[in-house]
Amino acid sequence: MEPKRQRLNRRGLLGAAGGAAALGAVGAGAAALGRGSDETEPAAAPATTVPFHGAHQAGITDDAPSQAVLLALDVNDDVDADRLAAVMRLLSDDAARLTQGEAALADADPELAAEPALLTVTFGFGLDLLDRLGLSVPAGAGPLPAFSVDRLEDAWSGGDLLIQVCGEGDLALSHAIRMLVKDSRSFAGVRWAQRGFRQRPAGGGTPRNVLGQIDGTSNPDPGSADGGEAIWFGPEAGALAGGTVMAVRRMRTGLDRWDRLDAVGKDRVIGRRIADGAPLTGEAEDDPVDLDAREDSGLPVIPTNAHVRRAIEAGETILRRSYNYDDGPGPDGESDTGLVFIAYQADIGQFIAIQEHLAEADLLNDYAVPIGSAVFVLPPGCEEGGWIGQGLFA
Amino acid sequence: MRKTNTTFPARAAAASAALLSAGLLAACGGEAPETDQAAEAAEPSAAASVTVTDAWVKATEEDMSAVFGVLENASGTEAHLVAAESDLAMTELHEVVESDGSTVMREVPDGFTVPAEGSHELAPGGDHIMLMGLGAPIVAGDEVTVTLEFEDGSELELTAVAKDFEGGDEEYRPGDMGDM
Ligand code: HEM
Ligand SMILES: [Cu+2]
Repeated sequence: MEPKRQRLNRRGLLGAAGGAAALGAVGAGAAALGRGSDETEPAAAPATTVPFHGAHQAGITDDAPSQAVLLALDVNDDVDADRLAAVMRLLSDDAARLTQGEAALADADPELAAEPALLTVTFGFGLDLLDRLGLSVPAGAGPLPAFSVDRLEDAWSGGDLLIQVCGEGDLALSHAIRMLVKDSRSFAGVRWAQRGFRQRPAGGGTPRNVLGQIDGTSNPDPGSADGGEAIWFGPEAGALAGGTVMAVRRMRTGLDRWDRLDAVGKDRVIGRRIADGAPLTGEAEDDPVDLDAREDSGLPVIPTNAHVRRAIEAGETILRRSYNYDDGPGPDGESDTGLVFIAYQADIGQFIAIQEHLAEADLLNDYAVPIGSAVFVLPPGCEEGGWIGQGLFA
Repeated sequence: MRKTNTTFPARAAAASAALLSAGLLAACGGEAPETDQAAEAAEPSAAASVTVTDAWVKATEEDMSAVFGVLENASGTEAHLVAAESDLAMTELHEVVESDGSTVMREVPDGFTVPAEGSHELAPGGDHIMLMGLGAPIVAGDEVTVTLEFEDGSELELTAVAKDFEGGDEEYRPGDMGDM
């Protein structure tokens, strides 16, 4: 008999924001990331699983763990909606088991499933695929226009089916990806894979990105009414309510160029201090960004083209949950680093408005260039016995 | 070519009679037996006591495949599985054994026994339900329905989902069962 494995500390420790913070191996300080997360975890056994089932898919509003792999698959031309439904059932079952520390069905290496280490698996559909199969595209989803800053490469763009795998365990991730790709081989090929990392500060708080910036400070609180509305499709989306639309933008950072900037210059690019993430108009990371503040000289304290000013002035809200990448220095010693910039929103128009505004003017444009781009519709979560995307096929 | 009815006499006849509608993809689980003997029995039938979990079938482009899963018996009486049927293929209950230094599979002489309040696992490299003479490929995500027949005459339908799997390719040695 296959004994049901113990499921450790599920919902209990994984409330609004707790999640990853409790993982002993990563940070002694158990402070959670992101906004609205001032509860500290008790010193109980660390959570090792994130629930798979629920109103929303996992891997979106839960604390981003240290590792992410994004896979974009291209679905074979002969695959119809019924076949896609069948494989989504299969993939959902794999994900439901693996994220809870159970081997998948037909798992050739079941031992590697035992320690999920906050594994999450999140699925999304490309717009072309939905079109091709005659499945409904929610009003909030749509393609991105070409932005003036784009230098997109096919190798990092597009895709029919997104599989986002996040977690703290390298082996758990590797094993989950192996399982999911094996179960996809018969109907899809891998278009691209992007691997990302984040490093939780030992003392807790918002992590830094490859440019050294504290990144992720100003994000909507998914638990608030406004935050929820900014992130999730509303009731008008019918069966997709509780889903979201995801933008994946691979942004290459020019570190050699960035290195030439002095500290003050770096602060001005963002409008926040590298040292502590505080806005140039405040003392602490959580202080408000005051776009109206002026120097004695009359110049704005937060420069006209500072990244946060431009982002805020677009007047939209998105949930950012980005990862860094580092694909190693090339033969010339130049690094190949950047962000796998990830944003979730109820309407792709929210992202477009900000990206358009940033493309128009943003000091950061000199140091970060979009080289990959993709949009996916992420269905809502499912309950036990259900599967991701079920509502689309009804 | 000689038909090998000697090894599974009762089954050949039952196979054609008891085909279940493929559309009836009920979830795995004990179902009320449909046969008269079982309905009259005082004790719950084997089919009513046994549940199947984690049933899967190996996706294949060949004409053979196998069904795996865990049979659990909730009753205090052992359940004796004597045959299985599928409208997709000829079906046999197989075991995997060592033979001349290699592992081969062959039909079990006396079915599978699910002990009282116990379980019996069907897994690659071990016991399995063999599907032979498949008319069409099985692709990942397909659902294959198999009907289990117990000694008491009760029947249990299981739905196995197809997975791509590299292992479990033991050579088939029908032994003295003759050509198929
Ligand atoms: C390599 C690329 C990027 C880097 C390094 C970067 C970095 C940062 C940093 C350091 C902050 C300030 C701290 C924070 O609130 O998180 C920030 C804020 C923000 N960024 Fe970016 N960013 C990048 C790309 C983008 C893109 C592509 C978008 C959207 C199209 C975007 C939208 C925003 C928004 C909305 C804020 C918050 C503004 C506020 O409300 O204060 N960023 N970014
Ligand atoms: Cu066999």
